[in-house]
Amino acid sequence: MSKSIKDMGWDELVPGAALFSFEQTVNYNIAEVQPEDRTYAETNSKNAYVGDWRVIKPVWNSEICIDCQNCWIFCPDSSIIARDKEMKGVDYDHCKGCGICVSVCPTNPKSLLMFNETEKNEDALAKWPEKKKKGESNE
Amino acid sequence: MNSKQMELNTVEVWDGNMANAQALRQAAVDVVAAYPITPSTATVENYASMHANGYVDGEVIMVESEHAAMSGCVGAGAAGGRVATATSSQGLALMIEVLYQASGMRIPVVLCLVNRALAAPLNVNGDHSDLYLTRDSGWVSLDSFSPQEAYDMTLMSFKISEHEKVRLPVISNQDGFMTSHTAQNVRPLSDEVAYNFIGDYKPLNAMLDFSKPVTHGVQTEHDWHFEHKAKQHAALMASKEVVKEVFEEFEKVSGRKYNIVESYGMEDAEVAIVCLGTTYESAILAVDKLKEEGIKAGVVAPRLFRPFPLVEIAQTLQNAKAVACMDRSAPGGTVGALYNEVAGALFNTSARPVLRNLIYGLGGRDMTINELCDIYRDLNKDAKAGKLTGKIQKLTGVRGPELSFYEL
Repeated sequence: MSKSIKDMGWDELVPGAALFSFEQTVNYNIAEVQPEDRTYAETNSKNAYVGDWRVIKPVWNSEICIDCQNCWIFCPDSSIIARDKEMKGVDYDHCKGCGICVSVCPTNPKSLLMFNETEKNEDALAKWPEKKKKGESNE
Repeated sequence: MNSKQMELNTVEVWDGNMANAQALRQAAVDVVAAYPITPSTATVENYASMHANGYVDGEVIMVESEHAAMSGCVGAGAAGGRVATATSSQGLALMIEVLYQASGMRIPVVLCLVNRALAAPLNVNGDHSDLYLTRDSGWVSLDSFSPQEAYDMTLMSFKISEHEKVRLPVISNQDGFMTSHTAQNVRPLSDEVAYNFIGDYKPLNAMLDFSKPVTHGVQTEHDWHFEHKAKQHAALMASKEVVKEVFEEFEKVSGRKYNIVESYGMEDAEVAIVCLGTTYESAILAVDKLKEEGIKAGVVAPRLFRPFPLVEIAQTLQNAKAVACMDRSAPGGTVGALYNEVAGALFNTSARPVLRNLIYGLGGRDMTINELCDIYRDLNKDAKAGKLTGKIQKLTGVRGPELSFYEL
């Protein structure tokens, strides 16, 4: 698509509002190419910022994380960034702050916790709880 | 084309449902998803028996409701298949939601609609209530008046629907029982000629084309919804020219000529009726009878119900002095839809004839040639007087004292 969609008239739209995910014909195996290396179309949801729904955010502590990939599997919005089976962080452009990643995290203490959206990540990491003893409540 | 062909005679005795089923078979439809309902049951029944006997290569899908039937068609169409279904009345009412999806997503689907009354009271007979239900759904709507025409229209529906300028779903209408269950002589095309006329289906943005991933049925808010609907409307309006082209091509193949507005006796007609469906053929006989009496009568029937041929209707009616718009649908608290549309067509012309609205034949009640003659004689009084001699709307053929509304 050479022209930006914002400059297009009704007569230039794709019939039926069909949305193309990629700029050109895909001649590679999508599963083997990382999202940042794919040529997404301008209209793809990857390019739309939808993180402003969020009021609380998950913060990731890389020192506790065991790279189990549970959060990556359960995230309903593909907002956990993982590369070569290693956790890399949270995609705050698309994360809605649902907290599923935190609830499925198996470590002690949890390596993902929900914090207020306005809290800075480094401040949140400084407040991280200690390891809990056996029998102590997880909450 | 299907691998196994059927040897057809030059003339076959088919009812409207069989004509539909044969057209679907000859078009080599990939998927037929249907939930049979009277009077369109036999369309799918016949088709399923052809499938069972090996004359159909495509799939017949069992679904749990009409809503699922149309959803199956939309899904199969989005995946890149040629799809069709058949329904009537309550079944269509259940499909309505998905009808808008199909036209909005610009998926070619052919729907063989056998017109029937809408409940309550429950009624299985012919009436145009369900046809009117599809008015604003964004589908191209063709009307046929006999089994022969049902066959021809259904065949042509595929070509119109899949045309690159259109890419919209098409409804092929016929009257419940009056054509769907009336066996008549039908001259079919051979399988080869019919398939070559329609051609192979070339899907656009098919979901099963993995080299070009595409999302169908997206959400658009105030930012783009208007533009997409504008594009859909433009395609629907432009489909009129495509329909004309397809009619011309079909004439070359079959020798049968169709117009987007059919008329009889309109060259010198002073009184005319506008109607849909089988009433057109009865009215032709009435017109012949009245010409002998010296009444200059004519009849007009839009072959194309959507997009509505507004200008063509106005041109056809330009010499008429009194016109009756016949609506075979329960009026629902206003004048009939056909009256509204014809009135809209004539309002901007210089010769504005007197317009009447007649509600008739609800739930399959007969409209006989004698009754049509009486309607023409009433119209002739209006034409002589130069104004309406009664109220605008009248329910003709209803028992009891006369029922009429809207006095000027």
